Amino acid sequence: MDERFAQGDSLLHRRDPKAKIIAAMALVSVAAVSDSFIVATTSLVLGMTLLFLTKLPLQPVLKRLLAINSFTLFLWLTLPLTYGGSKFVAIGPLPVSIEGLHIAALITLKTNAIVLTIIALLGTSKIANLGHALETLHFPEKLCFILLFSYRYVFIIYQEYRRLVRAAQMRCFVPTTTIHTYRTFGYLFGMTLVQSWNRATRVHRAMILRGFDGHLIPLSQSRYTTKDTVFLSTMLSLTAILALLNFL
Amino acid sequence: MPKTPLIELRNISYTYAYNTSPVLQNLNFSVSEKQIGIIGSNGCGKTTFFQIIVGLLAPDKGELLFQGKSVKNKADLRNLRKEVGFLFQSSDDQLFSPTVIEDVAFGPLNLGFSPVEAKRIAVETLAELGLSGFEDRITHRLSGGEKKLVALATILAMKPKLLLLDEPTNNLDPRTRKCLIDILQGLNLYQIIISHDWDFLNQTNSTLYQIEHGHIHRCEEDHIHVHSHIHRAGDHPHRHD
Repeated sequence: MDERFAQGDSLLHRRDPKAKIIAAMALVSVAAVSDSFIVATTSLVLGMTLLFLTKLPLQPVLKRLLAINSFTLFLWLTLPLTYGGSKFVAIGPLPVSIEGLHIAALITLKTNAIVLTIIALLGTSKIANLGHALETLHFPEKLCFILLFSYRYVFIIYQEYRRLVRAAQMRCFVPTTTIHTYRTFGYLFGMTLVQSWNRATRVHRAMILRGFDGHLIPLSQSRYTTKDTVFLSTMLSLTAILALLNFL
Repeated sequence: MPKTPLIELRNISYTYAYNTSPVLQNLNFSVSEKQIGIIGSNGCGKTTFFQIIVGLLAPDKGELLFQGKSVKNKADLRNLRKEVGFLFQSSDDQLFSPTVIEDVAFGPLNLGFSPVEAKRIAVETLAELGLSGFEDRITHRLSGGEKKLVALATILAMKPKLLLLDEPTNNLDPRTRKCLIDILQGLNLYQIIISHDWDFLNQTNSTLYQIEHGHIHRCEEDHIHVHSHIHRAGDHPHRHD
């Protein structure tokens, strides 16, 4: 997690994470539930515009899109053949469902629109700030904890796992398709789990010793400015228009 | 020196659930010197001893006294923990906030300071330890030595009267180690230091106590003398002919 999208000083980077979270949630929900091509295409254009506003370098963004579209590729391969419906065209000996193609195209448009929106709106804030913003928006405290702490400890848990794997490799462990390999990986995962649990206990102790009583008090009260209000109102109006496009 | 010691342990016994024999047995101790060094073999109960002092472990038997009063409930523990800072062996267990400033301000915020005051305290504490400019650094990307000093800052920000240090010089390079010694020497508060680093204990002028067979006892003065000539590897290249 290098948070490289959070580095920058664009119009969107400077917006308060609270405004961005609300805007992203609204936009993503409208795009996700709609089954209209107009809405899907418009949200894709909107997503691209937002991305343009972030002034992020294109290459890493395209890499992410490539990753997500490797999933939609499977839909293109399977849906036209399995979706059924009433209209078909024959490609060679295969009957290809027109509705299946439609659905695959719709899902692809929506997926890309949503990913672009999330990169542009949420990717431009640091995870820590998003966590605190979620807390201020009265999201369940435990979920915010999980977000903040996963962010802090995922590396360390991974390092612990790597250390165990290295220890196994040092003793000439080579994974093969044997019960010995499966058992060893079972031990490695199990041991990582136990170590993470022990670490969680120690971290919790450290927190209690410093007066923690179940409530994280955020240090930086991010200031919500008029610009954020303008931004959020614009975004919500655009979302409302997007929702209305469904009924055209 | 106060008439009543800050912390006193009376007849403390503790047995871990997974063990049959007690790790601490009828242990008596009070904080009477400014700097106390605790030595003892691995697994002799040094860390357990610290955990009992701060109430992380409840003793099977015996009494923990804070400023002469028995520690019985959560409120007593809270008061005690305000005054007693505990530097863990592993700094990664102690630094849980994304950024340094948030971590150092965590204690003051919990003590009821406003965010503005907590931030001021955190910035001051970091400056006192020579860590100005570290405020926005990401905690997990700090080096081992930096983590140790920041962890110390998170504790000092709560203005404790007693500092418990669990093997503070482990895995520190000579420069950071020296830096830590200078900082600890400059602090006007009670310190109990668990260490295997004789040279370090000697430099901090600690009175030595040893934990052995579940008890703690004060070491003879010459006990330290015998070992204090040990050089750290590579620091002073020399030969024993």
